[in-house]
Amino acid sequence: MSTSNKQTADLARRRFLSGAVALGSVSIASGFTLYTASARPKGEPASSKIRWGLLIDTGKCEDCNICVEACKTENGWEGHRGNLTDPQWIRKVGLTDKRTGKKQSLPVMCLHCEYPPCVDVCPVGASMKRADGIVLVDRHLCIGCRYCMMACPYGARSFVHEKVTNQKPYMPRGQGTVESCTLCAHRIDDGRIPACVEACTKSGREAMLFGDLNDPQSAISKRIVQVSTTKLRADLGLEPNVRYVNF
Amino acid sequence: MGLRDNYHRLVDHGPFFFALMLAHALVILLGLTAAYYMEHNGHYVTGMNNQVVWGMPHVFAVFLIVAASGALNVASISSVFNRLAYKRFARLSAILAVSLLAGGLFVLLLDLGRVDRLIIAMTSYNFKSIFAWNIYLYTGFFAIVGIYLWTMMEKRMNRYSKYAGYAAFVWRLILTTGTGSIFGFLAAREAYDTALLAPLFIASSFVYGLAFTVLVLLTMCWTLGITLMDKEFVQKVRGLLIIFTVTVLYFTTVQHLTNIYATQHHGVESYLLLTGGVIPAVFWGVQIVIGSILPLLILAHPTLGLTRHGLSLASVLLLIGGLGQMYVIIIGGQSYPLNIFPGMEATSSWIDGRFAHYVPSLAEIVLGVSGISIAMLATAMALKVLRFLPNPIEENNTSKNKPEAKTAGAA
Repeated sequence: MSTSNKQTADLARRRFLSGAVALGSVSIASGFTLYTASARPKGEPASSKIRWGLLIDTGKCEDCNICVEACKTENGWEGHRGNLTDPQWIRKVGLTDKRTGKKQSLPVMCLHCEYPPCVDVCPVGASMKRADGIVLVDRHLCIGCRYCMMACPYGARSFVHEKVTNQKPYMPRGQGTVESCTLCAHRIDDGRIPACVEACTKSGREAMLFGDLNDPQSAISKRIVQVSTTKLRADLGLEPNVRYVNF
Repeated sequence: MGLRDNYHRLVDHGPFFFALMLAHALVILLGLTAAYYMEHNGHYVTGMNNQVVWGMPHVFAVFLIVAASGALNVASISSVFNRLAYKRFARLSAILAVSLLAGGLFVLLLDLGRVDRLIIAMTSYNFKSIFAWNIYLYTGFFAIVGIYLWTMMEKRMNRYSKYAGYAAFVWRLILTTGTGSIFGFLAAREAYDTALLAPLFIASSFVYGLAFTVLVLLTMCWTLGITLMDKEFVQKVRGLLIIFTVTVLYFTTVQHLTNIYATQHHGVESYLLLTGGVIPAVFWGVQIVIGSILPLLILAHPTLGLTRHGLSLASVLLLIGGLGQMYVIIIGGQSYPLNIFPGMEATSSWIDGRFAHYVPSLAEIVLGVSGISIAMLATAMALKVLRFLPNPIEENNTSKNKPEAKTAGAA
């Protein structure tokens, strides 16, 4: 078999295997279907028919750090200095209502806005939104101007302030560039759910629901129809794809 | 040794000039070292962090870029508004403008996280970004002012100089509007998000640019022992500086008053003007008292305001005030926390609910100051190479100066 034929055969086999593994429903907790997943075939662009989103139930979210730790482990980011120069792709925010004193805890990450200001302001087009709604930074284009960080109303982006080590092969990082939550695009493309959602669900809290907002049959779409959800800084009209409930 | 076109090159100068240029070269060297230190180690060695993402380099860079467009003011007044008294200084004004812009961009670029990707910034554009538009505005400024200088210095092109002056005037207004809009377009930050920043920056540019022009002219006078500005011109500049400074104060007052009127902005205004520690101290102490009131008192003084010493002192204070103004806008606007959860008290291990503590590092300050040195050294080199300096004027008290002995015409 010639080299090119062998490569083609390998590619076809990989596509078949990844598709076979990923097709069908992804069930994390017993009896609870998160979303119907299918791996995106290699080389095929993300589809605008899909709009990935997250629904975070602050009523179920406890004062833990499971989602943050899962994100760190999955994506290989961690701060060493214990100050604001450390990266933070996802963070737990404690909230106290000024009038009632009610306390809440919730995770905040890139909200993958429908109209992301970080994408608007990036001078070189390194900040971008995939067709399926995931907002990313092309670290090969990013010049490290940090204008996107000035523009993000959620403080969701980090600038890599020092040399990075132990990078994951699927998640390249680089000193001097900006980074943020990718919604675990590499996992989604493989037909898996984001690491934070998986960890939260496995812990039994099930405070994070992931799925296709364009699919009316998805669990997330059905839940959004049933309950009143909150978009952070809705006044800015950015239409974030990460929403909150019981907030 | 003949004098041509009423302009001359900087040729015969004393050791003071050399010492000054050497000092600027040294500062530039230190600035490059500081940039290397920051790039090599990463920005954790600076005072900047994930909340205050733009620090002292941006304070200096924006200050210089704003000053650049203002420095062209003298040339604009002569070409656009046909004021002949300013015409002598039009060439100097133009070369100072491009030098200041070069100094500002030098600092801005060396503070990028990936300086090595400069080629990407020059070749890959997102035209929805005001930052990308600014790259065109900056390069366009160099080109248009270059053409403007050509039309002023080449006799055959003199007839087009008025048109080039118009183009440069319009371009500089657009450029400063663009610079102000970098902040004005940021809806997420409460201290920004106002269209007033564009006219405020334009008014500020008039102050910074004219102050720089005055200081360069007076430095040339002291270096060469000649008189370049007669009393009438000193009076005119004095009047302009007063008008521009009052205009900046007006826009600053309106900006804060409109914010204070809106209940939602009470927190950020309280932080900027009263409770924000260093920020209100810089606002009231540096921007308002040292950088506005004091120079206004000097300029308005019936005797001191008419002297070159008074003018130079006021100009220095105005520039210090300008840096203070940029500090308050850039650092103050970022160190106030994002209001993601209105009505809630937010805490986290990160930026939520906290007023960022920003202490500029020495490397940042040195890099920023080196931008000023780039501008001054570039101006000085230009003055030595081409005939930008107007010929000295004869004044009663300076008639003993022999300009011919101190200057030389074009080779």
